Formats: sequence, C-alpha cells, structure tokens
Amino acid sequence: MKIVFDGVSRFYGEVLGVNRVSLTIPPGITSLVGPNGSGKSTLMNLMTGLIRPTHGEVKVLDIPPNDSERLFREVGYCTQFDAFPRGMTGYQFLEGYLRLHGLAAEVCRKLAVQALERVGMTEAGNRQIAAYSKGMRQRIKLAHAIAHKPRVLVLDEPLNGLDPMARAETIALFRDWAQEGRHVIVSSHILHEVDRISDQVVLLSHGYVVAEGQIQGVRSEVTDQPIQILVRCDRPHLLASRIFSEDHVVEARIHDDGKGLLLRTRDADSLYLLLNRVVMETGLEVESVAPADEDVDSVYQYLIGGEGGAS
Amino acid sequence: MSGDWKLWSVQVAAILRMELRKTLFLRRGWWVYLLFAGPPLLTFAHSLFLMSRGRWGCTIGEDSMVYAGIFQFFYLRLAIFFGCLGIFSNLFRGEVLEKTLHLYLLAPVRREVLLAGKYLAGLIAALVVFGGSAVLAYIGIFLHFGPQFQDFLWRGPGLEHLGWYAVVMALASVGYGAVFLAAGMVFRNPLLPAAVVMVWEAINGYLPAMLQKVSVIFYLKSLAPVEVPLRGPLALIAVVADPVPAWLAIPGLLVVSLLVLIYAASKARELEVSYGE
Repeated sequence: MKIVFDGVSRFYGEVLGVNRVSLTIPPGITSLVGPNGSGKSTLMNLMTGLIRPTHGEVKVLDIPPNDSERLFREVGYCTQFDAFPRGMTGYQFLEGYLRLHGLAAEVCRKLAVQALERVGMTEAGNRQIAAYSKGMRQRIKLAHAIAHKPRVLVLDEPLNGLDPMARAETIALFRDWAQEGRHVIVSSHILHEVDRISDQVVLLSHGYVVAEGQIQGVRSEVTDQPIQILVRCDRPHLLASRIFSEDHVVEARIHDDGKGLLLRTRDADSLYLLLNRVVMETGLEVESVAPADEDVDSVYQYLIGGEGGAS
Repeated sequence: MSGDWKLWSVQVAAILRMELRKTLFLRRGWWVYLLFAGPPLLTFAHSLFLMSRGRWGCTIGEDSMVYAGIFQFFYLRLAIFFGCLGIFSNLFRGEVLEKTLHLYLLAPVRREVLLAGKYLAGLIAALVVFGGSAVLAYIGIFLHFGPQFQDFLWRGPGLEHLGWYAVVMALASVGYGAVFLAAGMVFRNPLLPAAVVMVWEAINGYLPAMLQKVSVIFYLKSLAPVEVPLRGPLALIAVVADPVPAWLAIPGLLVVSLLVLIYAASKARELEVSYGE
C-alpha cells in the first residue's frame, strides 16, 4: 500500500505549483526537501485533497483524495496553517473534530486524551488555544493529526516553533509511527534533522522532483560532484602523500585536530582499495572511514544549490 | 436507517455542535443581536409606557397592523435579510478568512454532509435569534392590553397570526439562508450579490406581476397573516399582483431553497483550500 503520484501537475492560474510529478512513496519516513515555492506544500495538499491536480492522478493507499470519507480515516495532516476555531480549549478542539469521524462520544474523549498525552499537552488541554504559545499550537496540531491513529501522517514543517526537547520527542514519535509500518511524510527546512529521521527523501525544485529515494542512492547518482570521505587515522599526512598520486583524488584536506583527512574522489571504490593497501604497507591505524556528504544537506546543495534556503 | 445515513446523521450532529458553539453568542455577532433586540425593546417600552399612564386610545386591531408593518418592513426586508447574510454567508467564507476551513475538509466527512450540517446550524441560530425577537416583540406590542390580549391570543386570531409569522420567518431564514450560503461559496465578497438581491427584493412591489414572482419576498408577503397596504406616493406606482396561496408558496420556496442548496453542494465538492498562500 503506497502513495502514488502519476504524472501530476498543478498550476495556480499561470503559476506552476508542481509539474509532471511521478512518485511512489513507500511506508516509513519520507522527507520533502526544497526551497520556498519548490512545491512541497502543494504535494501535501494534493495528497490530502485540499487541492486537485490540473493533470494526472494521486492515490493514497489506493484511495483517491476526493473520497474524503475514506481518505481521512487513514490520513492525518498537520498543515502549516496556524489557525484554530475561536473559543475552544485544546481538548474541545480534538474531541470536537474526532466526533466528525462518527465515533461514539466516549471513544472520542479517550482518543483526545491519548493524543494530548502523546504530544505532552495533558495539562494544557483544558486551556484556551488562544492562550497557547507557538510551540503548543504546533503540538496541538500534531495531536489533531494523530488523534484518530491514521496509517498515513502528513506533516508540513512539524518541527517549527518546537523547543529542542519537544523536537526530540516529536522525532521519536515519527520514528515510532514509521516502525509500525505507517507512512510519515515530513517537510522540514531543518536539514540535519531531516537527515537523522528520513528513510527516503524527495528533493524538489521549482515544482519538479529533482531526486528521490534513499539518501545514499541519491548521492551516488550525483556523479558530477566528487564523493567526500573522512578518514580518521593517526598519520593523516602520510595518507595524504600516498593518496595524492591517484588521479581520481581531487582534494585532500587534513582535519584541524590533525587526526583526520577529508578526501574528495571521483572513484570511491578505488580509494577504498588504495586505503587498504596503505594500511597494509605502512601500518596506518585507522579509527573510522565514513562518507562525509551522504546527507540531505550536501545532496541538497549539490542538486539545488544556491536557490535560497530550504523550507 | 442504513449505515451511511446513520453515519451522516452523527456527523451532522457533530457539525451542529461545533457550529452552534461558534455561531451563537459570540462577540463577532453582536450587531445581529443588537439588530434583533431593537423591536422587543421598543415594543416592551411602548407597553410599559402605556401601562404606566393608564389605557391609551389604540385598539388591538391597530396594534396588529403596526406589528404587521414592523414584521414586513423591519424583519422581512431588513433584519432577517441582513441577519441571514451575516450568519449564512460566513459559514464557509468566514472560515476561509479565519483559515480554519481545512480542519473540516481534513475530516472523513462528505462535503455535502458538511454543507448540510453548517446550513442546519445557521438555520437553528437564525430561528433562535430571529424567532425569539419576533415573538418577544409580538408579546411586547400587545402586553398593555392585559386580559384583552389574552383573549385575542387564545380565543381570537392572535395565536394563529403568531403561528403564521413564525412560518414566514422560518421560510425567510430557509430561503435567504440558502441563497447567502451559496453566495458565500461562490463569491469572495458576498456583499455584492447581497446588494443586488436586496435591491431586487426592495423594488419587488413595483415590478410587473410576473417578475414579482421571481423573488423570496413576494411569497413571504403572500403568507403574512395581516396585509399592510402601501400608502403615500409610492402606492401609486405599486403593482398589485395576485397573492400566491400557501399550498403553493410554502413548497415552492422550499423547492427553490433545496435547488440552491444542491448547487451550493456542487460548489462545495469543488472547493479547494489554499487561503491564497
């Protein structure tokens, strides 16, 4: 059961929202990354039926988004819209909208309380939403999205306004949900956090999908950028001198602490073979070897570059 | 009741609960309450003033005519019209302006069910506010007659008149409510179509008889229990059309309202939410 975009385009008059997007999103955490106006929110609004495609078709777990009666039993959406009905407490807000699912009053009360607990808002639940801080409003929105225990959770900038503790708790929640086989689709401008939590990423630019998949796979497809590898070892100078004789190595930089060497190569496999040879020949003590740019931030910079900040 | 209908009725009840909490007794609606508090306050003041000075020279028949005038020219042509505009056009448009409509659209509710729930909530709010005001004003205007009023009410035509006023008020809310709900969905600024409808309804009495029938006010006037004759120079240019019998006016208005609501439901299905962002 997947989320499928099949040749989807959406125009706002003459302005492009997204164009010819064909995507298949499996269960797990998928991050949508791209600069402002790249089409992240448009994709989220398309998969939740808030807007309709100009061309193409979207299916969420085989349900078309215009079938709201079926769709929103399976989908929860935490939007970017920071507005709530007037005069309601957090609990009333959750319980009131849960009633729209046709559930019994007692079940709604129980689910509302559970959702408040899940986002750490139990004590604030009986306070007016109008008195909430930005972070609390963000958490009550999250509670609204998860209250009916959906199989697909769509989250537009869910970490905005959260303090570090709340961020960590929220990320843990995403992981728990993904481990239960659910879809968690997140857009975030905090790239290192996206990197930590994502099973796969979708990179967007100007309404087009630039790359998609697991981040290592996406990185390996960026062949015009040399791969960065950080080698932590006891004699980086020695390693640098040996490695510079290779054509595929384009840069070697000794780390500030003198215990590491950052390499940029066009042929990672050859570099690893060479490294093995150097270790065998010189007795170099290697502490760790790790890719330094197999992360969303680097891939984002390579593919989208200086178009402005991600969001 | 089939499963679908049972679910939809539960969902309509949930929407009603939410909407009434939002629609009734909010500071935002102060002007509606003020508008409808006017006639009861004035009629009660009128009765209290007369009672404090002893019996005055007016009759129940004259006060019936005064109330009929208040009902037709204040309630029907002004207060219910603007009250319905305020309540019904904001059911969807108000939520778009406050950026809260998506919360409904992200629930497992058919758009038609959402529209029905919101319309019913608006109708209940309108009937409570408008009906309460009209009944209180009716009591207020006759209060100073004391036992004579009780006779008029219970043994004369008073209760029947009140019943017909209630029916007219309910039909006005049903009709104008449907029109303004649809206007709130179609137009960014429903005040413009409201102004057009208002002018059309205002000049209704001076249009050819055929055109008079293309309006809400014509059918409502036909149902009013006491006819208010036009006086003065405007009466000279007024066109008197044959009133429509109740058996035709009531179902006619209900059918037209239903058609408007079906159109509004089709617009609700097409509704998209981006709040211009």
